[in-house]
Amino acid sequence: MTDQSLFSLRNPWFSAGVGITGAIVVLSAVAGLIWLPLMQPDLKLVGIWDAICSAAGVPRAAGPGASIKPDFKTSNVEMTSEMLTQADQVSIGRGATLAQRCAICHGPQGVSDANSPNLAGQFAAVTYKELNDFKAGARVNVVMSPFAAAMTDQDMKDVAAYYAYLPRVPSKSLDTALPAPAIVATGAPMRNIPPCGSCHGDIDNKAGSPWLGGQSEVYIKAQLQAFASGGRRNDISQQMRNIARQMTSDEIDQAARYYAAQP
Amino acid sequence: MLTNKRLILAHFWLAFIVFAVALVLGAWQMFVRSPLNAWHINPELYYRSVTAHGSAMGYVFPTLIAMGFGYAITEASLEKPLVGRSWAWAGFLLVAAGAVVAMVPVSLGLASVLYTFYPPMIGNPFYYIGVVMVVVGSWIWVALMSINFVAWKRENPGKPVPLAMFANVAGSLLWGWTAVGAALEILFQILPVALGLRSSIDAGLARVFFSWTLHAIVYFWLMPTYIAYYTIFPRAIGGRLYSDAMARISFILFVVVAMPIGVHHLFADPQVGAGFKFMHSVFTGLVALPTLLTVFTICASAEIASRLRGGRGAFGWIKALPWSNPIMLATALSLVMLGFGGAGGLINMSYQLDTTVHNTQWITGHFHLIFGGAIVIMYFAIAYDLWPHLTGRALESFGLMRTQLWLWFIGMIVTTFPWHYVGVLGMPRRMAFYDYANPAISPEAFSVAMSAVGGLILLISGALFLLVLVRGQLGARGEADAYRFAVPLHMPVRIPAALNSFGLWLALMVGLTVVNYGFPIAQLIALNETSVPAVYVGVGR
Ligand code: HEC
Ligand code: HEC
Ligand code: HEM
Ligand SMILES: [Cu+2]
Repeated sequence: MTDQSLFSLRNPWFSAGVGITGAIVVLSAVAGLIWLPLMQPDLKLVGIWDAICSAAGVPRAAGPGASIKPDFKTSNVEMTSEMLTQADQVSIGRGATLAQRCAICHGPQGVSDANSPNLAGQFAAVTYKELNDFKAGARVNVVMSPFAAAMTDQDMKDVAAYYAYLPRVPSKSLDTALPAPAIVATGAPMRNIPPCGSCHGDIDNKAGSPWLGGQSEVYIKAQLQAFASGGRRNDISQQMRNIARQMTSDEIDQAARYYAAQP
Repeated sequence: MLTNKRLILAHFWLAFIVFAVALVLGAWQMFVRSPLNAWHINPELYYRSVTAHGSAMGYVFPTLIAMGFGYAITEASLEKPLVGRSWAWAGFLLVAAGAVVAMVPVSLGLASVLYTFYPPMIGNPFYYIGVVMVVVGSWIWVALMSINFVAWKRENPGKPVPLAMFANVAGSLLWGWTAVGAALEILFQILPVALGLRSSIDAGLARVFFSWTLHAIVYFWLMPTYIAYYTIFPRAIGGRLYSDAMARISFILFVVVAMPIGVHHLFADPQVGAGFKFMHSVFTGLVALPTLLTVFTICASAEIASRLRGGRGAFGWIKALPWSNPIMLATALSLVMLGFGGAGGLINMSYQLDTTVHNTQWITGHFHLIFGGAIVIMYFAIAYDLWPHLTGRALESFGLMRTQLWLWFIGMIVTTFPWHYVGVLGMPRRMAFYDYANPAISPEAFSVAMSAVGGLILLISGALFLLVLVRGQLGARGEADAYRFAVPLHMPVRIPAALNSFGLWLALMVGLTVVNYGFPIAQLIALNETSVPAVYVGVGR
C-alpha cells in the first residue's frame, strides 16, 4: 500500500481518523462555545453569537460605572525598568544648578543631617517619580510640595539625573555587621510581605523602588507609618501600603534601624 | 548492530552528568526550604538554583536521553549505520554548548526566571539563546530520525518499519512540532526585550505560546519510557509483546492528541476564553487513552512472559515474573508511580479541581512523581540495558542495580507523597522561604521535612546509578551479542500504510493545533494594549 491511497476516503484509516477527530472537534466546540455558556445565567448572554464571543474570550468593553475613581489623586507616572537609566552630562549639569535650591534641606552633597531624605545616589527614576507626585498632589508634604510645584518636567529629569550621579555617602550610623531582621531577610509570607530586598535592592531592584541604605531612621519609620495609615498613598497599585499595613510597629522599627545602618 | 557507539555514549554520559548536578541542586532546594534548615541565605540563590535545576532536568537531560536512545534505536532496529553521522555530532555539540551558554548567566544570578520563563520577568539574553541552541540541536536529531526512517522505507518497500523506530520517529515529530511554541515565544517576544530592542511584552500571549510546548513536552519526556515498555521490557523478561498494532496506535494517538491540549496549563489565566479551555480539556481527556492502552498491553505482555515460565492462576502469574531482573523491577516500579501520578493528573486536568491545587506544591509533587519517578526510572533501565552493548563490557552489579532502583522508588514516594499533601493544605510552590513558626503553616513542617529526607534517598540512589555505569565502563571486556528489541506475539508481515507512516497523523496534529490554538493566538496578536512593561531580573542590585 502506498501513501497515495492513504489520503483517500476509501481508506478506512483515513476516513475513521479524520471523521472521529472532526466529530470530537465539532462536539467539543458546540459544547464549549455554545451550550455551556448558555447554561450559565450569570453571563447574561443574548443569543448564540454572544455566547460564542464570550466563550472564545473576545473582550467586552466594561460598562459605565464599572470602575470606581478614588477620591484622592493617584500617581500619574508610568514606571518602567529602563526609565531614566541613561544619564547625559548636560542634564546632570543643569540638575546641579537647579539642586542648589534644595541643598538647605537635602544637603549640598545630597546627604542630609536633618532627617530630610538623602538623595545622593538615589535612582533617577525614583527622584523623578517622587517630584512628579509632589507636583501632582499624589504625595503631599507641606515642606516639600511647594518646591516641586514650580518645576517643569525637564527640571525634574535634570535634578534626578544629578542626584543619581552623586555618590552615596555612608551614613553616620553605618554598621554593616548589623544582622538583617527577619522582616527584611525573608519578609513574612503568611502576611503577604516579600523580603524588602526583592524590590529595594540587595536581592533585586524593581522599577520605582527607592534605595533605602543610609536613609535616616526617622524618615524611614515615618514613611512606613504614613503608608500604613494611608497618609502617603502615591505608591502605584498600593505596593508599599499593602506591605506597611501588615507590619508590626516592632518590625517597622527594626527595618528602619537596619536600613539606616546600611551603605 | 550499533556502529556509532561513541556518539550514543556521549549523549548518555552528558545527560547523566547534567542529571547528577541538577539532582544535587534539587536535594539542596528541598533541604534549604524545609524546617530542618534555619533560614540564612539570600532567597535569590534559591531561585537561581530552581532555574538551573528546572532547565537542566526539563530541557537538557531528557532531550539528550531521547537523542541518544533515538540514535541507538535507529541503528539497532533498522540494522544499518545511521545516516547523517556528522550532523548528529553537530546536534550534540549544539546541545552541549547551549547548556553551557544558558547555565553561565543562571549561575551568575542574571537569569533567575525559572525554566518556564515567566514573562514579563526578563533575564540575561544568553539564557534564552542557550535554550534555543538546545532546541535547535535537538531539531537536527528530529530531522535525522525522519531521514533515516524514509531512507529505510525506500530500501524496504512494503515492509513494516520496526516498532521501536516507528515509535522513535513519532516522539521526534511530536517534539519537533511542540518545541515551535516556546521557540516562537523566545524569538519573537522574549529575546527582543532581553536584548533591549523593546521594553514591554505581551505576557498573556507569551504564556499561550509556552503552553503550546508545555504539555506535549511531557510526552516527549515520556517517549523513551514508553518505547522501553514496549520494545525492551518484554524481551528482557523473556516474553513477547502482546500486540504490535496496539503499540503503533498508542504512539499515533500521542502524536495526534498530545499537542492541542496545552491550555490546561492556563486554566487560571484570563487571556484565553472558557470555551477554548473546555475544548482543550476534552482532548486532555482523550490523551489518557494511549496510556491506558499501554498499561494494558504491557501487563498482557508480562502475563505472557510469566505463563511461558510456568506462572499460573489469576494472579499467581505475578509471582512467577523474573523479579531479580532489573528491567522487570524498574518497569513494575515505574508503572506503580505512573498509576499514582496519573490519578493526580486527573485532578489537575479538571477545571474545578485544578483551582484547589493550582500553583501549590501539589503540582511540583505531581510532576516529580511522574517525570522524576515513572519516567526517569525507565531512563535508568534503558541505560542498564544498553550499556553492555555500548561499552562492550558486561554490567555485573545486579544487586547494586536493584538497590538503586528500589531506593529511587522509595525516595520518590517519600518525597512526593508529603509534597502532594502539603499542596492540598495550600502550600504555594516556587517560594524560597516558609515561616514554619507561624501557626497557619506549622502543620506542614513535618511533611516538608519528610520530603527532604526523600530527597536525600534520591541523591544516594543517583550516586549508586552513576557508580553502576562507571563500574560498567571499567569492567571486563566481553562480546555482547547484537542488540535486539522485543518480538511481538504475531510478527506483522504487512501492515496498513496508516500504521507505517506519519503523513496522515501529522496532518491531524497540525490541523488540531490550528483549530485549538489558532483563534486564541490570533486574537491576542490582534488586540492592542495587551503588553506590560518588562521586569528585568538581576539588574541594578
Ligand atoms: C525646606 C526643606 C526642603 C527643600 C528646600 C527641599 N526639600 Fe525635598 N523633601 C523635604 C522633606 C521634609 C521631604 C520628605 C517629605 C515627606 O516626609 O514626605 C522631602 C522629600 C523629597 C523627595 C522624596 C524623596 C524620597 O525618597 O521619597 C524628593 C525627590 C525631594 N524631596 C526632592 C527635592 C528637590 C529636587 C528639591 C529642590 C528643588 C527639594 N527636594 C527641596 C524637604 C525639602
Ligand atoms: C513589591 C516591591 C516592594 C517591596 C517588597 C517593598 N517595597 Fe518599599 N517601596 C516600594 C516602592 C515601589 C516604593 C516607592 C513608592 C512610591 O512610588 O512612592 C517603596 C517605598 C518605600 C519607602 C519610602 C522610601 C522613600 O524614600 O520615600 C520605604 C521606607 C520602604 N519602601 C520600605 C520598605 C520596607 C521596610 C520593606 C520590607 C518590609 C519594603 N519597603 C518592601 C516597593 C516595595
Ligand atoms: C533529589 C531529587 C529531587 C529533588 C529533591 C527535587 C526537588 C525540587 C525542588 C525543591 C524544586 C523546586 C520546587 C519549587 O520551589 O516550586 C524542583 C523543581 C523542579 N524539578 Fe526537581 N527535584 C529532584 C529531582 C528531579 C528530577 C529527577 C526531575 C526530572 C528529571 C526534576 C525536575 C524538576 C523540574 C522540571 C523543576 C522545575 C519546577 C519549577 O520551576 O517550578 N527534579 N525540584
Ligand atoms: Cu499538561
